[in-house]
Amino acid sequence: MELYTVLRQFADSWMLLLLFTFFIGIVIWVFRPGASKEYQDTANIPFRHADAPAPQQDKPATSKEARQ
Amino acid sequence: MSNYIKLIVLGLVVLFAAIGSNYARDLAYQVHAILVMLIAGGLFIWTLRNTDEPDILVDRSAEYMDDVIRYGVIATAFWGVVGFLAGTFIAFQLAFPTLNFEWAQGYLNFGRLRPLHTSAVIFAFGGNALIATSFYVVQRTSAARLWGGNLAWFVFWGYQLFIVLAATGYVLGGTQSKEYAEPEWYVDLWLTIVWVAYLAVYLGTIIKRKEPHIYVANWFYLAFIVTVAMLHLVNNMTIPVSIWGSKSVIVWSGVQDAMIQWWYGHNAVGFFLTAGFLGMMYYFIPKQAERPVFSYKLSIIHFWALIFLYIWAGPHHLHYTALPDWASTLGMVFSIVLWMPSWGGMINGLMTLSGAWDKLRTDPIIRMMVISVGFYGMSTFEGPMMSIRAVNSLSHYTDWTIGHVHSGALGWNGMITFGALYYLVPVLWKRERLYSLQMVSWHFWLATIGIVLYAASMWVTGIMEGLMWREVDANGFLVNSFADTVAAKFPMYVVRGLGGVLFLAGSVIMCYNLWMTVRKAPAREASLTVAVPAE
Repeated sequence: MELYTVLRQFADSWMLLLLFTFFIGIVIWVFRPGASKEYQDTANIPFRHADAPAPQQDKPATSKEARQ
Repeated sequence: MSNYIKLIVLGLVVLFAAIGSNYARDLAYQVHAILVMLIAGGLFIWTLRNTDEPDILVDRSAEYMDDVIRYGVIATAFWGVVGFLAGTFIAFQLAFPTLNFEWAQGYLNFGRLRPLHTSAVIFAFGGNALIATSFYVVQRTSAARLWGGNLAWFVFWGYQLFIVLAATGYVLGGTQSKEYAEPEWYVDLWLTIVWVAYLAVYLGTIIKRKEPHIYVANWFYLAFIVTVAMLHLVNNMTIPVSIWGSKSVIVWSGVQDAMIQWWYGHNAVGFFLTAGFLGMMYYFIPKQAERPVFSYKLSIIHFWALIFLYIWAGPHHLHYTALPDWASTLGMVFSIVLWMPSWGGMINGLMTLSGAWDKLRTDPIIRMMVISVGFYGMSTFEGPMMSIRAVNSLSHYTDWTIGHVHSGALGWNGMITFGALYYLVPVLWKRERLYSLQMVSWHFWLATIGIVLYAASMWVTGIMEGLMWREVDANGFLVNSFADTVAAKFPMYVVRGLGGVLFLAGSVIMCYNLWMTVRKAPAREASLTVAVPAE
């Protein structure tokens, strides 16, 4: 088979299935239990650190320290 | 040490450009070679004077890198006025052909100025707005200073050089005649280098972020940067005829070339003018409304749906051409499915104001952002409708398309950028407020009425033109000649030009207002350098 036909068959079958599953997976994942609470925190990111970066720590900052 | 490498590279560039300016096969290449020689020469002297000077290292990791964003804001406002002025002028050239001056034939006629206008507004105004706001947003939402030190400056100045090379190239005839991808091969190569640096700065900042999550605006900006890189590379696969000339030949041929061009062209709209500006929407509307985005879940679905669908919509530009029917049907179907994420995003932006609608009365900046999202909704409704084959048979090649593009570009991209600039200038220059809110109102109304005049006149003239072209008499002969349609369009062309004048006037008022904000508005009190939680 020529290259075009091979690629076209792959695109029409497995790749299509993969992309579609990935997308449906995202939608399901967004509605996972506990997501609302986490997203509430994420949605508030623009209201933190407006004037300066999170302060440097001697040890690598954990997510909790970044809030201080 | 790095200065020595820089000196060697700059010296070689000067030498190469000097040879190029001598051997140049065409005017555009020659002018560009001289330009590059002068810039590289100037940088060479500047680097040489700083070489072996003691390095003074200052730790700036406790503050954001805002200088480059200030430059970006100025560049956005400047290129905006240049682009709007060019657009208004060519609108009047269409209404009054004598404005294609005899003494400037071959340089300043409509055909040469039209790409200058489109590139100035899309890439110079829009591109600078995207680079400046993305640098602002990625720092604030990552709680980290820009990665890469002076690389951000390279991105800014490198991009300005790209704009200057592209714009002068069009006027002097250096173009590969691909819509929105006109710059010739060496300008494309330069943009590739700048864009890789841009991606590095952006990704580097996200990687060293202090927030555990990547805020949704960054996803949109990142999709814009990555996809534009891909589109740019594939659509500009050209082989130069000579390294001493600007002419190049594309490796794709026939209908494949056409398909790749509109895959590029439509995704330039989808990822440059939509995804990137949605990044702006998801940051600046919540900031100005002082409340988080309506639904973060919706924003994630909006993101993935938009990028999964947009990439397939390109073939709707090639209905009734040599493109196979299945491909143009595919493009049409995906364009219509795009209604969903587009309107999902619009609703998400608008509903962010729920509970704060009273701000519309008091805050003209919020008004600007809301009308921008409104225009986004309108033009993303109109676009899929025009992609339907039957509608397209009437609308294609007419001014309806031009009207559609402008309701999107002036309404959505322009207004959200103005809103972002009004937000950014007081923050970046540490002013308490804008110089005048009344002027913002004036800008708002001038721009809105300008867009309405523009879009309405183009609907009328586009549909009229489409109907005149297809009108046949009882014997099956065409009734109108092409010149008949041109004559019939004259009044609408004048109205369109006037709309452009209003829009331009609004942007000049904005520039004055922003300038006076920096000069005259009261300074903000010393801000807290310690981050305070919003709760």
